[in-house]
Amino acid sequence: MDVLMLSRLQFAAATMFHFLFVPLTLGLSVLIAIMETVYVKTGDEEYRRMARFWGKIFTINFAVGVVTGITLEFQFGTNWSQYSRYVGDLFGSLLAIEATLAFFLESTFLAVWVFGWKRLSPRLHAVCIWLVALASNLSALWILIANAWMQHPVGYVLRNGRAELQDFLAVVTQPFAFQMFFHTVFGAYILAGFFVMGVSAYHLLRRQHIAFFSKSFRLALSLALVFSLGELVHGHIHGAEVAKIQPAKLAAMESLWETRAEAPETLFLIPDEKNQRNLVEFGRLPGVLSLLAYHSTQATVKGLKDFPPEDRPPVTLTFVAFRLMVGLGFLFALLTLVGWFKRNKLESSPGYLKVMLYAMPLPYVAMQAGWIVTEVGRQPWIVYGLMKTSAAVSPIAVSQVAISLAAFIAVYGLLGGVAFYLIMQQVRRGPEPATAAAVPGEG
Amino acid sequence: MLGAIWFFLWGILWAVYFMLDGFDLGSGALLPFMAKNDTERKLVYRAIGPFWDGNEVWLITAGGVTFAAFPTTYAVMFSGLYSALMLILFALILRGVSFVFRNEVDHPGWKALWDFCLCGGSFLPALLLGVAFANIFRGLPIDAAGVYQGGLLTLINPYGLAGGVLFLLLFLVHGSLWLAVKTEGPLKRRAAAMAVRLWWPLLLVAALFLFASLRATSLFDNYRSHPALLLIPALAVAALVLVYLFMRRGAWWRAWFASCATIVGVTLFGVVGLYPRLLPSSIDPAYSLTIANSASSPLTLKIMLVVALTFVPIVIAYQVWVHFLFKDKIKEEDLAGEGGY
Repeated sequence: MDVLMLSRLQFAAATMFHFLFVPLTLGLSVLIAIMETVYVKTGDEEYRRMARFWGKIFTINFAVGVVTGITLEFQFGTNWSQYSRYVGDLFGSLLAIEATLAFFLESTFLAVWVFGWKRLSPRLHAVCIWLVALASNLSALWILIANAWMQHPVGYVLRNGRAELQDFLAVVTQPFAFQMFFHTVFGAYILAGFFVMGVSAYHLLRRQHIAFFSKSFRLALSLALVFSLGELVHGHIHGAEVAKIQPAKLAAMESLWETRAEAPETLFLIPDEKNQRNLVEFGRLPGVLSLLAYHSTQATVKGLKDFPPEDRPPVTLTFVAFRLMVGLGFLFALLTLVGWFKRNKLESSPGYLKVMLYAMPLPYVAMQAGWIVTEVGRQPWIVYGLMKTSAAVSPIAVSQVAISLAAFIAVYGLLGGVAFYLIMQQVRRGPEPATAAAVPGEG
Repeated sequence: MLGAIWFFLWGILWAVYFMLDGFDLGSGALLPFMAKNDTERKLVYRAIGPFWDGNEVWLITAGGVTFAAFPTTYAVMFSGLYSALMLILFALILRGVSFVFRNEVDHPGWKALWDFCLCGGSFLPALLLGVAFANIFRGLPIDAAGVYQGGLLTLINPYGLAGGVLFLLLFLVHGSLWLAVKTEGPLKRRAAAMAVRLWWPLLLVAALFLFASLRATSLFDNYRSHPALLLIPALAVAALVLVYLFMRRGAWWRAWFASCATIVGVTLFGVVGLYPRLLPSSIDPAYSLTIANSASSPLTLKIMLVVALTFVPIVIAYQVWVHFLFKDKIKEEDLAGEGGY
């Protein structure tokens, strides 16, 4: 394997691993902030215990997220130096702004929150976790503005042999960036909701801490329901925007080979990339793809064959990941809708609780699949239409990357295993006993 | 002009990073020498616990600013120093999770594992950051195309190693002073004794490094043409002497602040010597990366300046507030009950 392939694998491994932890940070921080606010408003100690229990899990998750995030920023320099040189004028500033606006706030106030239970008034303590939630979501916004620019470069001019910033506002206000932001944070809230529901279901099924976990479950359910439904609507809008600005990606997402008007949505198909066709097609809904992508059954959708072979993304991976994400998205809406009708009789719904326990990994799968669609579907471009991935890689020795990739896999594998074990341990341990928090002077 | 402003902001950001992460890296590396039992080890963790992560963001910001303001330097610096940087990052990863992981399982072997990660993961970046920056001062083998023509071993030369030892000693003294400020009893006495003991080697290595810089680098060119600038290394040395004087009087906070000034002074000594180069080439001075050939467009620099001047003061304000919030000495009873990982 060459430096390019190894560097791509390394970045994929590092980002995907990092993104196992980020969505829970984004969503759980909001849930904990709500719990602590309820405690401050009502004085109900149970909500304080909830904030502490979920906060413990949050802290472990956050630690792994934050340390694996640092390597990502530096990998643009280590492995993608030609990219950094070519677009750093624009892309680098977005990363620097993310650090200045969001990372400081997030890291500093999480530490205050963790160490400040006895030092701050309950109100100020709750403000800290709100700041963490705000900062992590703000960091998502800036990194997605940066990623959106790779998907749809705007506001630049080619000058001095590189892409230079021409219109900052165009870069930071482009609609596609906000579409990506909402799509991602909605997903993160769904994931955090399912995480809390899954853990709560575990305890409810064992008939322990019933009141504590019923409250947690209902709170998480409300969040997950709203954003699961929201994601269905928004996902469609987002997809239509992809159709407009990245037609090759859309064709790969749908495995559509021939350009045609009244393009059908095929319920089941198997792509055959080598022969540029689909092996099996089943359940064609005429005009539906045209309708979804361009809001007219008559609209023409460009097929893969109309793109030069070297400009096509890998079809099977993009297609499968997209189908998986969309299918899971519908499942999340269904599961949370069912949950809404069972919300006040959770204890007598063991079947539903069991489903929700086993559904916990699914939003993680959907998130990863979504990023595969976004990033693999953008290939062969690193910046869509502007720079090829193959032109972006560093002039470094293949042995260096081989060794670092092996180290990433080893260290991250270990880290992932340990984090999983520790989070499971917290989950099983359950909340602190109610009396501990009620001791005078401890609060 | 804009380029020059960013050059010095770039240098100051790295200096602030060294000054802040320096004390928690130093404390971490000294863990096995300071703490003799589990309670004392917990106290060491606790003394740096609320600060290390906020300090480390200065590294991300220094890296981010290198990317934003000098993208070509960012590209060459980090692809050239690939293996050294990867070692630093993996060390920081293992060290970062130690804070949270350590007390999650009550087993001596488990704790020893993460204590080892904290210690090694603090020691290695302290050393390697010094090696890397000394090599930048000295010049890296960068060719006409801006490609680094060396390996990890290129960095292993007497001057680079001296830089590594210098940073390590600076951070160790900085860390032991921090522990002397933050703890009490035997732990404080051990930390104070360590700071005093390490001060002499630090003075020796600092003096050696300064003289080696005369021979091994072209840092002094700027100082020869503008002798007034010699005030910077002079202030660094004066601050180092002050560290000693304050230590002798038992004024640990002041000694720690003097140590901050020393670290900033040493960094700025190098940065001012480099100006206007960010990465001198050891192959041919003409291949060096400078403000002129590696800076971002004026528009980007302007926008980033507005962002930095607006938000960095806010960051400094709330980070100072955190130091006031956790200003008390760490006591054993703090370890029980709520608060902490």
